[in-house]
Amino acid sequence: MNSLIPLLVAAPLAGAALLLLGGRALDRFGHWLGTLAAALSFVFGLVLFFSMLGRSTDQRPVHVQLFSWVPVNGFQADVAFQLDQLSITFVLLITGVGTLIHLYSVGYMAHDERRRRFFGYLNLFLAAMLLLVLADNYLLLYVGWEGVGLASYLLIGFWQHKPSAATAAKKAFLVNRVGDVGLSIAIMLMFTDFGNFTYLGVFGAAGQASRSQLTAIGLMLLLAACGKSAQVPLQSWLGDAMEGPTPVSALIHAATMVTAGVYLITRSHAIFDLAPDAQTAVVCVGAVTLLFGAIVGCAKDDIKKALAGSTMSQIGYMILAAGLGPIGYVFAIMHLVTHGFFKAGLFLGAGSVMHGMDDEVNMRHYGGLRKYMPITFVTFGLGYLAIIGFPGLSGFFSKDKIIEAAFAKGGTEGWILGLVTLVGAAVTAFYMTRVMILTFFGEKRWQADDEGHQPHPHESPSTMTLPMIVLAFGSVFAGGLFAFNSSFLKWLEPITGHSEGNSPLSSLTVTLLTSACLLVGVALAYVVYGRSPVPVTPPVGSVLTRAARRDLLQDEFNHAVLVRPGSALAAALVYLDSKGLDGFVNGLAAAIGGISSRLRRVQNGYVRSYALSMFGGTLVLVATTLLMRSV
Amino acid sequence: MNPVNYLYLAALLFTIGASGVLIRRNAIVLFMCVELMLNASNLALVTFSRLHGNLDGQIIAFFTMVVAAAEVVVGLAIIVSIFRTRHSASVDDSNLMKL
Repeated sequence: MNSLIPLLVAAPLAGAALLLLGGRALDRFGHWLGTLAAALSFVFGLVLFFSMLGRSTDQRPVHVQLFSWVPVNGFQADVAFQLDQLSITFVLLITGVGTLIHLYSVGYMAHDERRRRFFGYLNLFLAAMLLLVLADNYLLLYVGWEGVGLASYLLIGFWQHKPSAATAAKKAFLVNRVGDVGLSIAIMLMFTDFGNFTYLGVFGAAGQASRSQLTAIGLMLLLAACGKSAQVPLQSWLGDAMEGPTPVSALIHAATMVTAGVYLITRSHAIFDLAPDAQTAVVCVGAVTLLFGAIVGCAKDDIKKALAGSTMSQIGYMILAAGLGPIGYVFAIMHLVTHGFFKAGLFLGAGSVMHGMDDEVNMRHYGGLRKYMPITFVTFGLGYLAIIGFPGLSGFFSKDKIIEAAFAKGGTEGWILGLVTLVGAAVTAFYMTRVMILTFFGEKRWQADDEGHQPHPHESPSTMTLPMIVLAFGSVFAGGLFAFNSSFLKWLEPITGHSEGNSPLSSLTVTLLTSACLLVGVALAYVVYGRSPVPVTPPVGSVLTRAARRDLLQDEFNHAVLVRPGSALAAALVYLDSKGLDGFVNGLAAAIGGISSRLRRVQNGYVRSYALSMFGGTLVLVATTLLMRSV
Repeated sequence: MNPVNYLYLAALLFTIGASGVLIRRNAIVLFMCVELMLNASNLALVTFSRLHGNLDGQIIAFFTMVVAAAEVVVGLAIIVSIFRTRHSASVDDSNLMKL
């Protein structure tokens, strides 16, 4: 049974290799081959999941050593997998949502001539992501970490003929690189502090390590998580990453890859639990990003970018929960899974809308689409209700638990975090209602494009609607299933640990408060966007709106603080190099050349002048000899 | 007779030869001047041999003669072949060996 674990990774990897190396012969059925590879991996995951369910709690984690990767004296890097409750949860999410999105892409990318390559990249992503969550040591996790980064880069820039897509891909890659440096430094610190980097070894040794060592490792891991999960201050790439095809945004930049940071922090809980300073930093990052993403989401007119802001904000929730320690780990993962369902569903819905509207992304040009796309409307609507935390749906259970956990942190900190998460919930309700109203309700505001071509909104083919329906089911029922009898808590508790904390508010009070915030947000959005016709050209708006449209000036900030001093430093170094070093070397060469060209005049070809110089030389020699002898 | 006078003579001959080499252009005359310098040094060597009372100087003088004879053979051949092609024996005309 355990031999299935490497196959989880091998199936999509083989699919990627076939599709990317196979050539044109595979063009006709390559997309089905890719989907099959993903589905196969999902089936393996299900089999492993059920076999794990059948074992008692302490028998559940299994370990498979595949081969020794770098066996050097004192440095042991193995390719080994660890499948426990946490990783199987991720495996099912990744392969399940992954398979659905493969299926969706069959329809979405039907008219793209490079579809085979697209599926190759998607399979490559699945393989890397599975490697990331299955690794039993940080080095192998790092391999997967870089692999998903590569797949993300390739897929964001998939339409590389668009300069904006090519730039966005480069931006994502570069910003991620900053985070990756954090992870590599963390691994180096682990090796110097503990002598190895397997989960088992590091967590076992963490108890004896000093607090400063653990804090350093924790902060570096947080930097890595910030890069991959688009958290402040490394958040700027996610909005631009929406340049990629919509299935990519759904799979990589909403459901799976961007949550890798949450996985990393939860997986490293043994380190964070012993480093309260690092935990505080994690919580701060989560709280700031939660509001940051929500504010950006309120101002964007591009449907995908509004959803991207929302993703950032929801991951902020997860990071915040993970930073709360044992109070929040389980709920971070629970929200991660439910978010995977409803956010993937929302993105697929957005893709379906774009598909029907000739790739128009501006929500101010939508309006009244519910009549034309009933299935998309219903599935998107269910995802919407789930994300704002409508009572009974998935998001309600997971987000409510996170808000509760934030209060349960206790003290002033608990109150601040609790209020931030409550405000976040209200803003979430506001911007998602805005998206919903602008897209599906109100008057139709479609416009002919430059060539006078009028869009004809229509429902998408069944390969696209089917995954949306399945994900809508997930958005509705997953949360209830997890919360029922605290099943998810019991499932993950042996891995992450859990404590109730001491909440100043009762569970019911928090739920009521959350629901009140939700109502306020929805009502506000209805007042602003629902009652009067939405202008097609966006109004100028307040200072905050204008800033939020430009992602709260994050690019300007990065440019002023990092890019410009960096370029100035580079320019200074270039000047020093070209004028200083090159000047010295070139000057030396020129001096030698000049002296030589003067010296060569001596070689004039006249025998008698040579003879004269010989006589002169001999005279000098004789004179010197005589002089020396006389001394 | 004081042997040092031979040395004065040798120095005189050498100077005549050297100034001839530097001043004259005709290759044959140049050649003769070189011979003059060689013979001046031979004279000096033989004189030194006499002064020091051993044969070292005379032996070297024989060597010099042999070398001079060989040099004459090669040098004259070169001069003749240059004269044939250029119709001139002036050393200043053959100044192509320069940078």
